[in-house]
Amino acid sequence: MGVVTAVRSAAAGLAWYVKGVLGEDAYDKYRAHHESVHGADTAVPCMTAREFWRDQTDRQDVNPQGRCC
Amino acid sequence: MGATSSIPQGATDEPDLTQDPALPPVALDPTIHEAEEARWTPLKIGIWVAIALLGGLSWVMLAVVRGETVNAIWFVFAAICTYLIGYRFYSNYIQKHLLRPDDRRATPAEYKADGKDYAATDRRVLFGHHFAAIAGAGPLVGPVLAAQMGYLPGTIWIIVGVVFAGAVQDYLVLFFSMRRGGRSLGQMARDELGRVGGTAALIATLTIMVIIVAILALVVVNALAESAWGVFSVGMTIPIALFMGCYLRFFRPGKVTEISIIGFVLLIAAIVGGGAIAGTEWGAAMFHIDKLPLAIGIIVYGFVAAILPVWLLLAPRDYLSTFMKIGTIGMLALAIVIVRPEIFVPAVSEFATSGTGPVVSGQLFPFLFVTIACGALSGFHALIASGTTPKLIEKERQTRFIGYGGMLMESFVAIMALVAALSIDRGIYFAMNSSPALTGGTVEGAVTFVNSLGLTGVNLTPEMLTQTAKDVGEASIVSRTGGAPTLSVGLAHIMQQVAGGSGMMAFWYHFAIMFEALFILTAVDAGTRVARFMLQDSLGNFFPKFKDTSWRTGAWLTTGVMVAAWGAVLVMGVTDPLGGINTLFPLFGIANQLLAAIALAVCMAIVAKRGMFKYLWIVAVPLAFAAVVTITASILKIFSSVPSVGYFAQNAAFSKALAAGETSFGTATSVEAMEAVVRNTMVQGILSIIFVTLAVIVIFTALQATWNAWRTHSNATNEDLAVPSRIFAPSGLVATPAEKATQAEWDNRPATGTRKVRGH
Repeated sequence: MGVVTAVRSAAAGLAWYVKGVLGEDAYDKYRAHHESVHGADTAVPCMTAREFWRDQTDRQDVNPQGRCC
Repeated sequence: MGATSSIPQGATDEPDLTQDPALPPVALDPTIHEAEEARWTPLKIGIWVAIALLGGLSWVMLAVVRGETVNAIWFVFAAICTYLIGYRFYSNYIQKHLLRPDDRRATPAEYKADGKDYAATDRRVLFGHHFAAIAGAGPLVGPVLAAQMGYLPGTIWIIVGVVFAGAVQDYLVLFFSMRRGGRSLGQMARDELGRVGGTAALIATLTIMVIIVAILALVVVNALAESAWGVFSVGMTIPIALFMGCYLRFFRPGKVTEISIIGFVLLIAAIVGGGAIAGTEWGAAMFHIDKLPLAIGIIVYGFVAAILPVWLLLAPRDYLSTFMKIGTIGMLALAIVIVRPEIFVPAVSEFATSGTGPVVSGQLFPFLFVTIACGALSGFHALIASGTTPKLIEKERQTRFIGYGGMLMESFVAIMALVAALSIDRGIYFAMNSSPALTGGTVEGAVTFVNSLGLTGVNLTPEMLTQTAKDVGEASIVSRTGGAPTLSVGLAHIMQQVAGGSGMMAFWYHFAIMFEALFILTAVDAGTRVARFMLQDSLGNFFPKFKDTSWRTGAWLTTGVMVAAWGAVLVMGVTDPLGGINTLFPLFGIANQLLAAIALAVCMAIVAKRGMFKYLWIVAVPLAFAAVVTITASILKIFSSVPSVGYFAQNAAFSKALAAGETSFGTATSVEAMEAVVRNTMVQGILSIIFVTLAVIVIFTALQATWNAWRTHSNATNEDLAVPSRIFAPSGLVATPAEKATQAEWDNRPATGTRKVRGH
């Protein structure tokens, strides 16, 4: 494996990790879950990205999580 | 919820978990794991011998050699080697004998999957999530204050305490909550300890929350009061967070990394700009705020922040704080390894035995163990480990890496904070951490006071204090109690040797202050919200309308009650003629350890009901320790006849002076100040009584549950019913060869409805 490929894969790994820890992949995970459960069933519509992120913070509003000291 | 199921003895782990034959293995047979662990190749033996030798050497350097100075690198090695051994052997022992995770069972993230709250998350990512949620300002502050007793007691407690107590608690609570569908500690307490124990645990949690929020807020007030630079840059985090919130809400939803980077750049700009603004006359005048108005500002802020929607302030600041947390801690670790500061503090100082230290009063036992809570044993983690994390775990065996491993990581943060605090001059340390009541708040007063302590090797000069203040861009560093400013000076001192030289010290100091303030403000805001929901839930039992959390008036009312509660303690700390931090910090530690005792008591009841008495000591030993520490500390706080230790002794001394018509007493110079002391000590004393009573009730009910289980040969459990798993993932940070082979089977199978799993 060349140096360029190694650097590129390390950078991709880092980006994947940062996004994961910050929670940026939440919508992708939701969509993957939705597809695997409901598939093409349109009775349960999949939220759009915008709807999903709104729903996420609204859920946090009614279900607060403590931060540690 | 949670039907009690009794499983016949001998078949404990044998509900029907036959896996779908169409799938590759969802779990490795436990014997494969054991065989892998038992395969001691020469290389593996060599590595572990090296770790053991290096760890042993480091402990010898710290504890036995004790030359004039000790290098900080030994702290790092002693910690890391001990963690590795504790993780590899002790947590493995707990896994094998006590918890017996079964990867054939689906976790809540799998069987309750909704793609939102319950979602299987890569173990390494979840480790980051969990660490960011448990590590806050606590491990940064406690070790700094405990440094007055010398470096050794704190170091031993942080490292040994985490291996046998703190990490065990986190691991157990996480595992038990995961087996119960992610149930909260409060619910588990009710299930395991019954009504009385459960109610006591609930009241204790609520009171503890109030104390913890109040004292964290006190740390921020002490760090920012009379610091125009700090007030400006930390104040700017509010508009920055609002901007980030709107950006994510309206402009680019979900672009979390992008906005975090933008936010970070703005944050740095706010720190740099703060220096420029504090340097101008109007800026210095405008942002120079005294303690009391600043405390009131934080109280108002706390109320507003807790009723604003999450997306506007809390969520964006959370992203920022996670980003800063992981970055800064990594940076500090690297800097300590590069700089390797020499430490001149004695191993054990005279204050460990005399108990007359100016930073926090009391002798090593029990006060060291309550001063350092987070980092060694932190009950608050039980709320996180029974909150979000158990709903995201992919496989049962991963609880060890995330629960036990995550806590080791926090302990390491505490060790680094200790090193940073120890690396600054001891005279400066005491000048910064002695209350204004002792130093008079002036350079001359501080020099006289610190030199009068008669510490060997300490010769503080006024120039040292004025020069350090100038270096860090503050008007004064005298009596900046609370730990945060001391840590920031230490961090600035270390960082400037890596980047920027002494010219950059002011930047690094304010960077560190910002870093801590950010966590604390998030904790204040989130803590108020959680406490409000708990209060609403409890009130709902009497006034059903309160159960409706969308009822605006109820929400505002309960938020107001919680803010008033912690606000009152905060104001009390800020105006305390005796200093504030030194009298209140023990309450914070006692509260936190008490919560740990509650969590461990619940775990003990669970283990006992399962009939696993042979391994009960794993829980019983840390529980006994936490119980002895909190109860002794509380009893001393209530009954000690030494006024600096006992709240009521102090109260009596001041009451007597007032009754005798005196107009000044000790450090209180007016009748009002004396009356304030009488009032404060009464409140603090009553809080101590409440804490110790609740602790005794919870521990007693746990002992009762344990005894009943012993008597009836119980084999009951409140676990959710086992559901066969349909996914596979390795358990530790690095996949073992057998896990890699199985992972390859999963990766190579035709892609029909497979989840994408990234693994190396």
